[in-house]
Amino acid sequence: MNIKRHGAALGLVAASALLLSACGSDNNAQRGDTAAANSANVDCGGKKELSAEGSSAQTNAIQEFVAEYAHICDGFNVAYNPTGSGAGVKQFIGGQVDFGGSDSPLKESEVEKAMQRCSGNPAWNLPMVFGPVAVAYNLPGMEGLVLKPDTIAKIFNGGIKKWNDPAIRELNSGANLPDKNIVVIYRSDESGTTDNFQKYLQAAAKDSWTQGVGKSFKGDTGEGKAKSQGVTDGVKATEGAITYVEKSFADAANLGIAKIDSGAGPVELTDEAAGKAIAAAKIKGSGHDLVLDLNALYASKEPGAYPLVLVTYELVCSKGYDAETSKAVKAFLTTAATSGQDNLTKVGYVPLPQEFRTKLLDAIKAIA
Amino acid sequence: MRTALRPRAGSGGGSATAPHTPEGPISTPNIAQSRPVRRPGDRLFRGAAVGSGVFIVALISAIGLFLLLQAIPSLRANQVGFLTSGVWNTTSATDLQFGILYLLWVTVATSVLALALAMPISLGIALFLTHYAPRRLARPFAYVVDLLAAVPSIIFGLWGIKVLAPTLVPVAEWLNHNLGFIPLFAEGNVTIAGGGTVFTAGVVLAVMILPIITAVSREVFERTPREHIEGALALGATKWEMLRTTVLPFGKAGYVSAAMLGLGRALGETVALYLILSATTAVPELSFFDGGATIASKIALGAAEFNNPLTAGAYIAAGLVLFLLTFVVNALARAVVAGKKEYA
Repeated sequence: MNIKRHGAALGLVAASALLLSACGSDNNAQRGDTAAANSANVDCGGKKELSAEGSSAQTNAIQEFVAEYAHICDGFNVAYNPTGSGAGVKQFIGGQVDFGGSDSPLKESEVEKAMQRCSGNPAWNLPMVFGPVAVAYNLPGMEGLVLKPDTIAKIFNGGIKKWNDPAIRELNSGANLPDKNIVVIYRSDESGTTDNFQKYLQAAAKDSWTQGVGKSFKGDTGEGKAKSQGVTDGVKATEGAITYVEKSFADAANLGIAKIDSGAGPVELTDEAAGKAIAAAKIKGSGHDLVLDLNALYASKEPGAYPLVLVTYELVCSKGYDAETSKAVKAFLTTAATSGQDNLTKVGYVPLPQEFRTKLLDAIKAIA
Repeated sequence: MRTALRPRAGSGGGSATAPHTPEGPISTPNIAQSRPVRRPGDRLFRGAAVGSGVFIVALISAIGLFLLLQAIPSLRANQVGFLTSGVWNTTSATDLQFGILYLLWVTVATSVLALALAMPISLGIALFLTHYAPRRLARPFAYVVDLLAAVPSIIFGLWGIKVLAPTLVPVAEWLNHNLGFIPLFAEGNVTIAGGGTVFTAGVVLAVMILPIITAVSREVFERTPREHIEGALALGATKWEMLRTTVLPFGKAGYVSAAMLGLGRALGETVALYLILSATTAVPELSFFDGGATIASKIALGAAEFNNPLTAGAYIAAGLVLFLLTFVVNALARAVVAGKKEYA
C-alpha cells in the first residue's frame, strides 16, 4: 500500500516537474535539472530491459545510473545483480548478461573467451565507477593524521605497532601521539577493496609491502571483520584501530581519515583530490579499451592528488550486440558517463573528471 | 477383522466341486482369511510414512555424497594437510592451501562454551517451569522462552556485536586479568576491547540454544511419574531432595539429548558468528579471548567469491567436516539416550 502511495506521489511529482519545465519556469526536482541539460546527448531506444551482473563495489553507483537512465529514457531499465566480480565476468562471457561489472579488467585467459561472446570482436573494459578508499582511524584527539604510503604498508603488515612510532611522529610533528598499540582491522571476507588496497601498497610502497595482492588480506596482522560496515564498526568500537574502507562508510561513522603524503605534501581525501589522480591516470589498453595502468596511478606523486581509489569497470562488447541491445547499452552508458556522474558523491563515489568523461564517451560512441 | 471371525465354510465340506454356490466368496483359502484387511487408507498411509522415511535418508545420503564429490578434486589439489594445517588460502586455484584445524578449534570452542553456559541455566528454567512456577505463570513463561528460539540469528549477531560485546568487555577483562595464567583465559590475537572474541560468540550462542535445551528438558521433566514424586514426598523428602532423587534421574537422558540438540545448532550457527567473530591470520591461541572463524562463518565469508570449482570445493570440504561433526554429536546423543532403560 505504502509503495503504491509513494509511487503515486512520485508520479505526481515527476508529472508536475515535466509540466513545469515545459513551461520554462524553474523547478526544484533535482534530477529534472541535470536531465534537462544532458538528455539531448542520450539516444534512447532499443531493448527496454538490459541485464547486467558483477561487482558489488559499484552497486550504489549503478543504482544511481539506472535511476538517471529511467528518468531520461522513460520506460527503460537495467537490472543489475551484484553477485561479485568473478560472477560478473563469468556471466558476461557466457552471454547471460548484456554487460558485466568487475573490479579488475579481463584477464588474458578471459579476453579470448570474451571475444567469442562478442561474435569475434574484442570486449572493452570501461572504467566508469571510482570509489575513494579512506585509511580510517579511531584516535581520540588526533585530527588530520598524515601518513606516507610506506608507513601505511608497515602499519598494515605489522612493521609499525605503536601510534608513537618514530615513523608516524616524524610525519605528524607537534601532534600528541599516544603510546598505544595500533589495532589493524581488515576485511575478513573476500573483497575488491582489499585487492585494490593491497595493489596500492604494492605500487606505492614496494619496499615495505612484500606480501602480495589478492582479494583476501595478506598483511598477517590485526583482526578481520566482515564487510565494510563490519570494519567501520570495529574501528568505531576500538580505540587505536585503523582500517581501509570506502570513504562513505568512514564519513558516516565520523572516523578520522588520514591524509596521504605521496611525496608532494599531505593530501586530504576529497572529490577533487581523487578526481585529480584519476585525470592523471594513464591508459594501458589499446584504442577504446580503457584499462587503467593501476601501478602508475597508485604510484603517482602528482601534487594534490589522492591516488588510493577503487577502480571498477564495465565489460562491454565493442561490436557483436544485436541492434536493439547495442542501442540500449549505448544509451545507458552515455547516461552513466554524463549526468549519471553528478549525484555520485552522495552515494560515496568520485565523479569522473571532465576529460575522462570525454574519453569514455568516445569509446561508448564507438560501440556498434 | 470381520472375515477372520467367520466360520471357515470351505474346510468342512471337502468338496472342491461345488464352486459356484452363494457361499463361494467365503470359502477362500486359509491364507487369505487370516490376513488382516487392508483398506486403501492403510496402504496410502503406510506408503506415505515409508516414503518420508526413505526420502529423508536418501536426502541426507545425497547431501553427504554431493559434499564428498565436490570436495574430492579440491582435496587432491590441496598443497597442505587438510586435517593438520590451519592456513586458508584459496584465492588461486593453482596453489590451493586449506586446512581445517583452526576453524575446527573455533567451532568447537564457541559451541562448548555456549553449552557450558546454557546447560545449567536451561536446567534451572526447566525445573522452575515444571516444579516451582505457579501453574498460571508457567505457561506464558514457557511461551516467552520459546519465543527466543524464533528470533532470527542475524538479530542475535547484531545485538551480540553492538550491544552485548561492549557490556561484556569489563567481564572479559576481569577474567583475563585474574585468570590469565590459565591458557583458556590468556590474551589472544584480537583485542578484548573490540569484543570479536570466542568469548562473546559463546555467550551469544548460549542465548541462542537456551530455548531449545529448555523446551526439551521441560517436556521430559514434566513426564516424571507422579507416583515417584509422591513416594519421595511421602518418605519425607524436601522439594530439592525430591527433585534430586526422582525428577533428575528420570530426566537425565532427555536433558543430555536436549543439550546435544543445542550443541548441533551451535555448531552450525552462521550469520551471528559471521558478524561477531574477528578473523585473524595468525595461529590462534587456545584461548576464549582470541578470534577466528568457525567452519560455517568461514564459508559465509568466502561465499561471495566462489569463482572457480576448486575454491568452492575447499569450502565444501570444510562443510563436509561440519556435516560429519554434527552427525557424530547426534550419534553420541542417541547413544546416551539409548543407554537409559526408561527410554528403551
